[in-house]
Amino acid sequence: MKEQRHQSLDFSLIEPYLARKAETAKNEGGLIAILQKAQEAYGYLSTELMEYIAERTSIKPAKILGVATFYSQFKFNPVGRHLIMLCQGTACHVNGSSEIEDAVSSYLGISEGETTEDGLFTLNSVACLGCCSLSPVMMIDGDAYGNLTPRTARKILDTIRTSEGEVEE
Amino acid sequence: MRIVIGKGSCGVAAGAGKIEGIFKAEGFETGITGCIGMCYLEPIVEVYDSDVSGNEAKKTYVNVNEKAAREIINSLLGKKNQAGKYGLPEEDAAILAGQKRIALRNCGIINPEKIEEYTARGGYAGLKRSLALAPEAVIEEVKTSGLAGRGGAGFPTWFKWNAAKNSSGEEKYTICNADEGDPGAFMDRAIIEGDPHSVIEGMLIGAYAMGSSHGVVYVRAEYPLAIVRLNIALEQARDAGYLGKNIAGSGFDFDIRVKAGAGAFVCGEETALIASLEGERGMPRLKPPFPAQKGFWQKPSNINNVETYASVPWIFSHSGREFADIAKNSGITGAQATGTKVFALTGKIRKGGLVEVPIGMTVRKVIFDIGGGIKNGKAFKAVQLGGPSGGCVPAELADTVIDYQSLAKTGAIMGSGGMVVMDEDTCMVDVARFFLDFTCKESCGKCTHCRIGTKRMLEILNRIVGGYGEEEDIEILEQLANQVKEGSLCGLGQTAPNPVLTTLRYFKHEYRDHIVNRKCTAKQCKNFICYEIDAKKCKGCGLCKKDCPTAAISGEMKEPHTIKTADCIACRRCKDSCKFNAVKVGDRKWIQ
Repeated sequence: MKEQRHQSLDFSLIEPYLARKAETAKNEGGLIAILQKAQEAYGYLSTELMEYIAERTSIKPAKILGVATFYSQFKFNPVGRHLIMLCQGTACHVNGSSEIEDAVSSYLGISEGETTEDGLFTLNSVACLGCCSLSPVMMIDGDAYGNLTPRTARKILDTIRTSEGEVEE
Repeated sequence: MRIVIGKGSCGVAAGAGKIEGIFKAEGFETGITGCIGMCYLEPIVEVYDSDVSGNEAKKTYVNVNEKAAREIINSLLGKKNQAGKYGLPEEDAAILAGQKRIALRNCGIINPEKIEEYTARGGYAGLKRSLALAPEAVIEEVKTSGLAGRGGAGFPTWFKWNAAKNSSGEEKYTICNADEGDPGAFMDRAIIEGDPHSVIEGMLIGAYAMGSSHGVVYVRAEYPLAIVRLNIALEQARDAGYLGKNIAGSGFDFDIRVKAGAGAFVCGEETALIASLEGERGMPRLKPPFPAQKGFWQKPSNINNVETYASVPWIFSHSGREFADIAKNSGITGAQATGTKVFALTGKIRKGGLVEVPIGMTVRKVIFDIGGGIKNGKAFKAVQLGGPSGGCVPAELADTVIDYQSLAKTGAIMGSGGMVVMDEDTCMVDVARFFLDFTCKESCGKCTHCRIGTKRMLEILNRIVGGYGEEEDIEILEQLANQVKEGSLCGLGQTAPNPVLTTLRYFKHEYRDHIVNRKCTAKQCKNFICYEIDAKKCKGCGLCKKDCPTAAISGEMKEPHTIKTADCIACRRCKDSCKFNAVKVGDRKWIQ
């Protein structure tokens, strides 16, 4: 089953926001907020989407790309169905997050920033989830999983994968 | 009877939402509150009960899982009462007693989504008092309090306010820096999630003193719950007349909007934060002009940290003098700063969480008396203060008092208040490498020394922990560290080498161990360790053999297994899978 959040050239999802903010964005510093709304709607910022925003706001495409690439929040590729955010904060590091990362990436066969071929998982590292007392922590689709060991981490992914009906042999 | 569930981010992560659902499903009405700071006890449920004479008594239940929730419900319904074992242990209740909570005064007590609970505890009284004073008198009171920037730099708050006040221009901005980027610090998140009105009130008092009518809170994008709660609070404050035109009949106008950051550590630096607010790449610029003269949109602007603003209302509902005397009144002498500081205690500590203590307390007292000491009875090695910009304080300096100057002498900084505790199993070279990896990634790239210098330093550290360090590396590291410090424009570059410099200062022998003896004392760095099986403990269950990704383990069922060191990649899976604790970590033999 290959399913990815495909993005057509339909920009209607961001249209209502642009209608209100596009004109003033250039002079009132609204670009980041527009990019955040766009990513919220489409999952990531495609070149076409950024070009469209450039057209609507009269901000140069190069500048938009410059701003977007500066911030770690913005993604330029489609994200998998489940977004894994692996905490790399200090407390997690001291409590063994690198072993969790090894376990997760070897289990999924992807490294940081990549998406599995079946489009199920994207693995991202984040600086700190702020749940330091539960370290090491990862967050999947907004749910935090704490006090991980390589074993429990694999188990959690296994459960999600099984629930998607795709058990790896 | 009221049931209150701790629903800060850490509580939610520990499963508070599920617990809330159980109570609701049983027909109980539940309220929420923010983080009380005892993260290791989450989820926390509190039951308030009033007796016949109306006195309210509180019962606190901790680590409430599904089973515990059912027991509590049973006890509430008057059924068999076994909820007692989930009660707050006395030892843990004592942690709160050792603290002095000012910035956190309402966190974990009030419902952050209800303004009336804030006002019931004296909220907005400080604002009313300050509005009756002249702006100069407000600044004078802050000066008396000695309040200094809690974001880390420790710059006197009154001085910044005064500079912004004296700047010419009608339009001035009051900005709150909630871009809490330090990995291991989460007090700003807890304050906004648990007591957003205290930040709003602090900004209001500052804005009144400076003559500013526009406020902006720049919140980290990774804190969605904080953004939600802040917006609710702003709406309520507007409805109550604390924000908007002619506030409390004083003729003073002020409103606040929220801007979400987009993930860049450097945006905690004030000029970078302003660039980001203007929709640009968040890169710092040269100071002067200071933001107080030319800030947001070139207008006079004042930027303070969340914790700083949250402390301000207390100063006005009590007094500046009382704030200044907190240390003295807590029996602490010799502190060279005033008030309290919130610390995020994490790492190898028994009782991790948020604590607020009078400035001037010693590091030892915070870690051992309040944090309960080191996990699993291990030995305390060092504590990292101030995150990637700070440094480590080794165990032998644990009696250092916590104030800006004393910490600076050790090479560490107060910073935003992250306190990551490390034990004998933590490799200090690896810690330095970890922080440099962070600052190297987060460097905005404007200054050559920071952009390239941190990269070169990281390469050297990677080499050392990888087992390929060379004798002269230590000297090169020191040299580069000083160059990066001097050749960078903003705080990020100027402080990035601190973790390396302090670990070199106190733990040079660990660096030498890696380089000369090819050994990691803490047995952390993969290239220096190997795994061995204790034949006496091994039952031959075969679990490790099954889990080993490189087939390095051999042995017959029910016979002791062995690991072929040459094939072992030190992934630790065998150690994690062993149920008999038979896998030991040894030193890998190096052929020089």
